Amino acid sequence: MKYEAVIGLEVHVQLDTQSKMFTRVGTGFGQPPNTLTNPVVLGLPGALPVMNLEAIEKSIKVGLLLGCKIAPVCKWDRKNYFYPDMPKNYQISQFDQPICEGGEVEIEMPGESPAVMGSHRKVQLTRIHLEEDVGKLTHYDSYSLVDYNRAGCPLLEIVSEPDLFSPDEVFAYLTSLRNSLVSAGISDCDMEKGQLRCDANISVRPAGTDTLGTKVEIKNLNTISGVRNGVEYEIKRQTKAMLEGEDITQETRRWNPEQKYTTPMRTKEMAHDYRYFPDPDLMPVKIEQDWVDRIQKELPEKPFDKQRRYQSEMGLPYSSTSALCGDRPLCEYFEQAAALTEVPAKVANWVVNDLLRELSQTTAGDNPTSEKITLDNCKVSPQSLAELVSMIEDGTISNNVAKELFPEMFSSGKSAKELVKEKGLEMKSDGDEIEGLCAQAITNDPDAADKFRGGKEGAINALKGAVMKATRGQANPKVVDETLRRLLAP
Amino acid sequence: MDSPDITSATATELIESLQSGSVSSVEITQAFIERIKAVDSKVHAFLHLDEEDMLSQAKNSDQRREKGKLLSRMDGVPVGLKDVISVEGQPLTAASKILENYISPYDATVTRKLKEAGAVLGGRLNLDEFAMGSSTENSAYGPTRNPWNLDCVPGGSSGGSSAAVAAREVPLSLGSDTGGSIRQPASLCGVVGMKPTYGMVSRYGLAAFASSLDQIGPFAQTVEDAALLLETISGHDPLDSTSYPSDVPSYSTEIKLPLEPCKLGLPQEFFGEGMDDEVRKCIEQAIRFYQAKGFEIVDISLPTTDLSVPVYYVIATAEASSNLARYDGIRYTSRSEKAENAIDVYAKSRGEGFGEEVKRRCILGAYALSSGYYDAYYLRAQKTRTLIRNDFDQAFAKVDAILTPTSPTPAFRFGEKSEDPISMYLSDIYTISTNLAGLPGISVPCGFTQSGLPIGMQLIGQALKESNLLSIAHIYDREHGYGRKAPNL
Repeated sequence: MKYEAVIGLEVHVQLDTQSKMFTRVGTGFGQPPNTLTNPVVLGLPGALPVMNLEAIEKSIKVGLLLGCKIAPVCKWDRKNYFYPDMPKNYQISQFDQPICEGGEVEIEMPGESPAVMGSHRKVQLTRIHLEEDVGKLTHYDSYSLVDYNRAGCPLLEIVSEPDLFSPDEVFAYLTSLRNSLVSAGISDCDMEKGQLRCDANISVRPAGTDTLGTKVEIKNLNTISGVRNGVEYEIKRQTKAMLEGEDITQETRRWNPEQKYTTPMRTKEMAHDYRYFPDPDLMPVKIEQDWVDRIQKELPEKPFDKQRRYQSEMGLPYSSTSALCGDRPLCEYFEQAAALTEVPAKVANWVVNDLLRELSQTTAGDNPTSEKITLDNCKVSPQSLAELVSMIEDGTISNNVAKELFPEMFSSGKSAKELVKEKGLEMKSDGDEIEGLCAQAITNDPDAADKFRGGKEGAINALKGAVMKATRGQANPKVVDETLRRLLAP
Repeated sequence: MDSPDITSATATELIESLQSGSVSSVEITQAFIERIKAVDSKVHAFLHLDEEDMLSQAKNSDQRREKGKLLSRMDGVPVGLKDVISVEGQPLTAASKILENYISPYDATVTRKLKEAGAVLGGRLNLDEFAMGSSTENSAYGPTRNPWNLDCVPGGSSGGSSAAVAAREVPLSLGSDTGGSIRQPASLCGVVGMKPTYGMVSRYGLAAFASSLDQIGPFAQTVEDAALLLETISGHDPLDSTSYPSDVPSYSTEIKLPLEPCKLGLPQEFFGEGMDDEVRKCIEQAIRFYQAKGFEIVDISLPTTDLSVPVYYVIATAEASSNLARYDGIRYTSRSEKAENAIDVYAKSRGEGFGEEVKRRCILGAYALSSGYYDAYYLRAQKTRTLIRNDFDQAFAKVDAILTPTSPTPAFRFGEKSEDPISMYLSDIYTISTNLAGLPGISVPCGFTQSGLPIGMQLIGQALKESNLLSIAHIYDREHGYGRKAPNL
C-alpha cells in the first residue's frame, strides 16, 4: 500500500516592535542576559500588563496580507502552566478568539529549472493569534540558567490547516511566508535568532483516503532546512511503522538536528490542562473597521503579485523576478532605477547579476571588507545604475565597458559618466575615423576580406576584432559592422 | 502639640497644625513612632517599620514647608500601607512566608502618588496572607489584635491597616478590598474604610489576589480624612489597563458642599437572619438619623444576594490560582531547601511557603478553571456576576445609595471562625456583592455594642459617584464621629 503524509504547521513569528507586548521595555537580540526586563517582564508582585498597540497593528497587517478575517475584538486569555522560562507561570495569549481567522499562504513549488516558474497553490490557514514570548533556558549539568530578554516580546502564532503534503511543500510554505512577512516589515524572520520558529503536526494515511491519521507534533525545528529534514524523517518513520503494522502514538517528538532523528518528548496523556481563562488584567480592545481599512490601504504588494506584475507589465524574465521578489528593498531599488529607463528587463539584469554580486562580495566570509555594504549604504544609487544602462542603450559605451565600470562605481561611488570622462572611454562612433580603421584592417588582412567576400560570414569577426583592438574596445560595434560590410560589398 | 494630641488627631487636624506651625512633620512622625513602640506589641498591626526612613521623609517635608514648596495639603502626614502595596526598597511580604526575603524594586502607583504628595510613608501593615481572609488570623507572621478588645480579631484581610488607625499608630492607612477586606475590618475596628469604584485607583504595584475585584482604598478616623486620602491616590494610570480614565474631583472639598437629601435603599435580603441584634439596633438608629435629615428610605430588593458568596469564591479563587502562580521558588520567592528537582522546587517551595487558606483557594480556583469544569463553575459564575450587577443597576434606578450593615456581627474572638472556612466566608456576606458589581462602598462607624465593640454601617454608591457617596457618609459622620473615639490600650 502507498501512504501519503498530511502536515500542518504552527509558525511562531516574533513581531519587530519598538517595545515588548505588554510593557515599555525594548526588544532586541544579543543583549547581555536579563537586561531587557522590568517588573512586568519579571512578573514581580503587583506588576500589570498594558497592551502594545503596535503589535496589534502588525498582527492586523499580517492578517490582511494573508487574507484572514480580522476579529472585531482583541481579547486576551491566560494560559497557565509552570515552567521556569515563564516569569508569571502563565502566558498571556489568545484562546477562543484569535485576532485573525482563516486566510491562506500562496506557495510556489520548484520549476523544471531555475529559469522556469513552478506550479502555485494556496495553503489554507486556520488562525493567527498573538501572545507573549517566553524566556530562554540554557541547561547545564546540575543547573539551568534563564534569560528573560526575550520574555514578553510579541509573538504571532500562524497555524495552518493540515493542508501540506510533502517536505518540499513545507519548505515552499515557510519560504513564501517568510518573504511575505519580511517584505511587509513584520519581522526579520531570522530563524537563527529565534524570530521565526516552527512546529509541525504530521500524520500519515493510505494514499487517496480522506480521514486523518494519528497526529505527531515535531518540535525543535530551528532552521528552514531543519524543518524540511525533520518532516521528511518523521514521514519516513511513520510510513515504516504503518507498513510494519504498528500503531502511531499521539505524542510530541523532538527533532535532533545533529543526529537527524526524532525522539519522544511527551504523550497525549502527559498533555497539560492549561486552564485558559480571560485575563482580568486586560480589557478587550475593539478593532474598528476604520483602523482595519487604513492598514489595508498601506498594505505592501505581496511578493508573488509583484512577481506576476514584473513579468506581465515590465517584461522581466522569470529568473530575474524570482531573484528580486523575495527582497522588498531590492525591488524598490529596481523599480526606482527601471522608472528612469525604457528597458526594465535590462535594469533587472544588472540588479540581480552585477549589483547582487558586488553586495555579496562585501559580505562574503573569506573576503570581508572593513564595512558591510548593504542596499542602504550602497554607493551606486538607482539613478546611477539607470544612467549606466541608458549610456549603453544610447551607444555612449559598450556593454563590455559598462561591465568593467560597474565594480569601480560600486567601490568609488563615482557615476558612470564621471568614470567614462575620466578614462576617455566613450564609444567611438565617428564615421570617418572608423572608416579609416576599417579600411586599414582590410588592407592588413586581405585573406579574411577575401573569405568574407567569398561567402564566409564568420570571417568578418577577425576584421572587427582588429578594429576593436585598435580602438581599445571603444569603437561602436554596430558602426564597425555596418562600415566593414559597406567596404567589403562587391 | 503633645504626643497624645498628635496621635489622637485626625489627618485634617494634623494638616491644620502643620499649617499653623504648631507642629512639624518630624514631631508628628516621632509621636507616631513612639505610639507604635508603646502599643504595637499588643496590637501587632505592623510587620515592618523603617523609622529612619520615615524620619528622613518627615525632615524633607519640613524643609519643603520652610521653603514654601509644599507638594500638597498632605505633605508631612504619615500614611501606613498594607503589606501588599509596593514601595521601592521596602519589603513586601503579603504576610506570606514565601515572600519573606523579597524587597520591592519599584513603587506602586499609589505609592508614587503619595510620595508626590509629600506623605510620610510609614510602615508595612499586617493582613491575612495574600489578602485571603476576614480576620488577619491567616498572617504567616501572627495575627493582629483588635485594639478594642485584644481577644478579638480586627477583621480582615486589611486588619493591620484598620487596627493601626484605631490604635492611633498612624492617622491614615491604605488597604485593599477584594470582597470586603477594607470595609469589614474598618467596621470591626471602629474606623472609616472605603473601597472605591473598580478602576478609580490604580492596582499597579498591588500584589494581586483577584484582579477583577481588587481595589485599594483608605482607612481614617473620619470620612473627611478618607476623602482626602482617596483623592490623593485616585486617577487614571496608563500602567493599569483596568484603570478608569476620568478626572478626580476634590472629594474633601465636595463633601462640604450642601447635599440635597436623597433616596437611600434598604435591601430586604440584607436584613434577614444572621444579623446580630446590636448591629441591627445601630443600623436602625442610623436609618432614623437619615430620615430625620429628610432622606427618603426605600425598601429595595437585590434578589441575587445569596449567590454572591459562591460566585465570589469561584471567581476570586480562579483568578488567585493564576495570580499566585508566580510565587514559585524560582526567582524572588523563597526556595525549599528540600527541593531536588524542578517539580520539587515548585511543589515544595509553594507547599512550605503558602499557608492553609492560600493553598485551599489556589486549589479551589485551579479546579474551577480545569478543562471540563470551566463551564460549570467559572463561566457560570461570570454569568451570575452579570445578574448581580443588573440587580444593582435596577436598584440604583430607584435610589441614590444603599444602606446596610458592613458585617453581620461585631468583632469575633480568635479561633471562633478560623476552623470553619464557610462561616468565615459568610462574615463578608454584606460586602462581597459590591466588589462583584464594581461599586464603591464605605464603612462608617455607627456605634458600639454594650461590651464596647465597634459597629459599622455600609453605604454603597453608584459607580464613579464617590463624591456623592462620601457626602452622604459625611453628613452622618460629622455629627456622630464614632471613629474619633479611641480604645484604651
